[in-house]
Order: sequence, then C-alpha cells, then structure tokens
Amino acid sequence: MSRKIKSAGLRDLIYNRYLYALAVPAVLFSIIFAYLPMIGVSIAFMDFNPLKGIFGSEWIGLDNFSFFFRGQAWIQITLNTVLYNISFIVTGTLMSLTLAIMLTELGRNWLVRTMQSLMILPNFISWPIIGLFSVAFFTADTGVINSLLVKLGWETIAFYTDPEVWPPILVLMNLWKTAGFGAIVYMAAIVGIDKELYEAARIDGASRLSCIFRITLPLLRSTVVLLFLLSMGNIFGGNLDMIYSLVGDNTFLFRTTDTIDTYVFRALRTSGSMGMTQAIALYQSVVGFVLVIVANKVASRLDKDSALF
Amino acid sequence: MKNSRQDRIMSVLFYLFTACFAAACLYPFWLVLSSSATAEVTLLRDGYRLFPEQYSLAAYKAIFSSSTIPDAYLITIFITVAGTALSLLVTSMAAYALSGRRLRFAPHISLFFYFTMLFSGGMVSSYILITKYLHLGNSIWVYILPALLSPWNMFLMRNFFNDIPKELFESAKLEGAGEVVILRSIVLPLSLPALATIGLFYALGYWSSWMPAMLYIDDTKLFSLQYIIMQIIRNVDMAQNIAVAGAQSTAQIAPAYTVRLATAIVTVGPIIFLYPFLQRYFVGGLKVGAIKG
Repeated sequence: MSRKIKSAGLRDLIYNRYLYALAVPAVLFSIIFAYLPMIGVSIAFMDFNPLKGIFGSEWIGLDNFSFFFRGQAWIQITLNTVLYNISFIVTGTLMSLTLAIMLTELGRNWLVRTMQSLMILPNFISWPIIGLFSVAFFTADTGVINSLLVKLGWETIAFYTDPEVWPPILVLMNLWKTAGFGAIVYMAAIVGIDKELYEAARIDGASRLSCIFRITLPLLRSTVVLLFLLSMGNIFGGNLDMIYSLVGDNTFLFRTTDTIDTYVFRALRTSGSMGMTQAIALYQSVVGFVLVIVANKVASRLDKDSALF
Repeated sequence: MKNSRQDRIMSVLFYLFTACFAAACLYPFWLVLSSSATAEVTLLRDGYRLFPEQYSLAAYKAIFSSSTIPDAYLITIFITVAGTALSLLVTSMAAYALSGRRLRFAPHISLFFYFTMLFSGGMVSSYILITKYLHLGNSIWVYILPALLSPWNMFLMRNFFNDIPKELFESAKLEGAGEVVILRSIVLPLSLPALATIGLFYALGYWSSWMPAMLYIDDTKLFSLQYIIMQIIRNVDMAQNIAVAGAQSTAQIAPAYTVRLATAIVTVGPIIFLYPFLQRYFVGGLKVGAIKG
C-alpha cells in the first residue's frame, strides 16, 4: 500500500476485506428481518392504517398503551407468561441436569445409548404433531387418560373446558419434549471435566455421590448459569408454538393458557388495531430486554465467567 | 466393600429413573403409531391400544391417494433442504469471519447479532414488513428468508471454529489461499460435528414451520405439512375430506380418525430417521459458550 492509512480501523477493514465480506450476507439478513421490524415499533404510537402505511398514519402518543393497561387482560397474560417460563426453566434445568449426571455415571453401553436416543426423540417432534398426539390423550370420552380413569372408576376430566388442569400439563409436556435434549448440553459440559479429578477423589475415599456433589455440580455451575441467563431473555416471550398447537383459540382455557405471545398472535389475526397489538408486543420486548440486562449484571457480580457479555 | 454396594444401588436407581423417562418419551409415539395402523372400526370400538387387535393400512393408503399430503410433503421438503443449505452457508460464513478474534470489529459485529436475540420488533411489524414492503405473501420463500439466520446457531458455530488451531489456516494463507478457500477446504471439513448439529437444528426449524403458512399464505398448494396438521387439529372435516378423497370405495367407512393419526406419523417424517445417525455429533457440536468468547 503506497499511502499510509491513518485510522487503524480503516486499515483493518481494508486488510481483512474478504473476511469482512463473508459476514455481509448475515448482516444483511439481520438488518432486513430483525432491524427493519424495529422501526415498525413506532406503530405502537400510531393509529395505524394499513392503507396509509407507516409513514402516512397518524401519531396518537400513548393511547394504545393506556387502552391496554387500563384493561384486566394484561395482568393475567403477563402472569401466565412469566409463571410458565419460570416453571419451564426451573423444572427443565433440574430434569436435564439429573438425566445428564445419571447417564454419564452409568457409562456408555448399548442400553444407555438406546435410552438416550429415546429421550431426545420428542425433541424432534414438532408441537403441532404433539398437539395432534395430545388429542388422543385428552379427548373427552375416547381419550387414553379418560378411558383409564373410567376403568379405575374415577371421575373423568374435561380437559378442553377445564382451565385448572393445563398448567401442570404444560409443564409436564415441556419436560417431556425438552429435558432429554437439554441433558445433552450438560453432558457435553461434563465430558469436558478433567477425569483426574474423579480419580484423585476416589483414591482419597470419596463416594460416587460425593463426587457428583463436590466435583460435577460445582464445575457445571457456569454452564447452568449461562443457559439460565439465555432463557431469562425469553421469560417474557416464547411458547406460542407450544400453546397454540395444544389449545389453539380455546376461550374456555384462556384464564390459564393465554400468554402475551398467544394474545398478540390472536390480535394480529383477528383484531382491527395493529397499533394496539404492536403496543403489547413492544411492552413485551422492552421488559424482556431489561430482564436480560439485569440478569447479566447479577451473574457477572456472582461469577465473572458466567456473564454473557 | 460398603462403597461398592452403595455404588450398585445407585446404578440401579439411575437405570430405573432414566429408563422410566425414556419409556415415557417412547410411549405416546408408539401409541399413535400403532393406532394409526388400526382398522377404523377397531379404533372406534376399542380406543387407543399399544397392540391393536386388527391392523389396517387404510389410513396411509387414503393419505397417499389424495393430493393434500403429498403436495404438502414436496413443499416441506423443498423448504427444509433449500432453507438448511442457505442457512448453513450464511451462518458458517459469518461464524468464520468472527472466529479467532482476527477482526478489529468482530466484537461490534457480534454485538450487532446478539442484540437481535435480546430485542425484537415483534410479530406485527414483521407482518407489515413482509406483506406490505417485501411482498412475500403467497411465496414459498416466506418460509425460508425470515428464518434464514439464527444468531444463536451462528454463535454456536463460531465457538466451534474458535477451537480450530489458527496455525492450520495461517500457513494456508501464507501460501496464498483466499479466505473462501480456507473456509471451504480447511475449516468446514474439520467442523462436521458442528455442521451436523446446527444443520439439524435448522432443518428441524424449517420442517416444523407452520406460522408463515397461517399468516402469509392463502394458496393451498403452498401449505406446509405442519400447517395441514394444524388444520386437522382445529377442524375435523379436514381429515374427513382427506379420508373420503383417498378412500378406495365409497362403500367403506372413510377412515377419518386413523387418517388424523397417520398424518401425524407421516409428518414426523424423515427427521426421525436422521437424528440417530447425527446423534454422535451432538456432544461435540454443542459448545455453549458466552457471546463475548
């Protein structure tokens, strides 16, 4: 290069231009499908008219928000969303950790491998299919569960009209679908633990159980915290795929199954006001964002290695 | 001696626990599989059985003689294959560029991607963008383009690339190989576990996709399999129609119930045959690391 380029940043851009070019397609896709919709957030402050578009609609300030927060629905869907996510995260983490530790303790043989394959099977079945499966279990009179209850002489459960039964069902189904695969992530972390630690502990007379509690679990801590943080970001979202596949727009069950996502999804398909729907979605995004930042702050204070950024 | 007895009890307990969970994972799948291959009358009379009295493949015949499911199958296969290939291409290119901390702006670009995981514009503005400005409504690409890049997968892959010894590609670079050549002939061949795992994640996402069909597609020819399932759950007539259209003769009962179940089984599809082969890569491919890494 004949002329000396002063800015180190510019020099890096030119010297590594091909490397930078490789990132361009991904950056473009992010801009189009992730950053452009962020501009659309402004719809939340508009009386949005699809014909006039984003640039022609009228600004109405916070009216969309005050309408939503004056009603009762927001408390319920927020509570449902947060409670489901917390119970999914807690039960899922515990179950995955337990399975991972048990499977690694058992060693590798054909039985363990088969069991592991079976455990991750549900992860490869989509929620709509599980929704269809679940009909076979929950149908009023011919369903598997109610047939069993009848045989035992107990009262049957009206699954599709009784909102009380859904929280435990959703927690169990989430465990069923995700825990086995989640275990693999922890197994990957356990594989990374130095085997000599266990050998040394065994020579010193430690039992297998105390090896688990004194070596495996403490060394898994940063992985657990990291995955926990990642899921924290989603504590205000997610689960649309699951809940919509399992219960759809069943109004009988809204009290326990309606979450922010399903509410927005339904509003998008049925209601007239895009501005109001966007206001709810924005509320969801902002609170979710704040939660991740807080969680990360807390994690980096507890343990430097666990922080995300 | 006391230690080894305790060990044995622990092994038995561990086997029991994991076996129960594994059985619970298999049970619903088996139940639906065997029920789908039951004669319609038997299913209506006996309910769902793990081992039905009378087997029948009428439901499967019905599914494949009407055009709904086979059409949706082709659409879904296209989405999955084309989508996964494109996603892996874009993802691995970006992951390679950001790996090894070679770029001065790598942290900034990482943050750019990471931010999209934290904050989203929401469903409404995506909907308006896709229908009003990108005009992707009623196009098969609406299944693929919005889902093309998952930052989470990109970071997983970058973490994997980070562990490849730098010397390998630095010497190739000295010999005059360009970045694309290095990526294609050195980095990717060394990264099969990551490619298999992440490719499977993407494939699974595309295979399971139904929301784009519900929001953006009216043309029944472009419906994905999962959306057909969605319609079957919500609408009993749908299965009835497939069953009647595919029934061999009008004299038979149309196997509407078994058609529902058989559709589910058929939709689970190729993925179920694929994952046991890719499974050995998972532990190596899932390097969950911090974004900053």
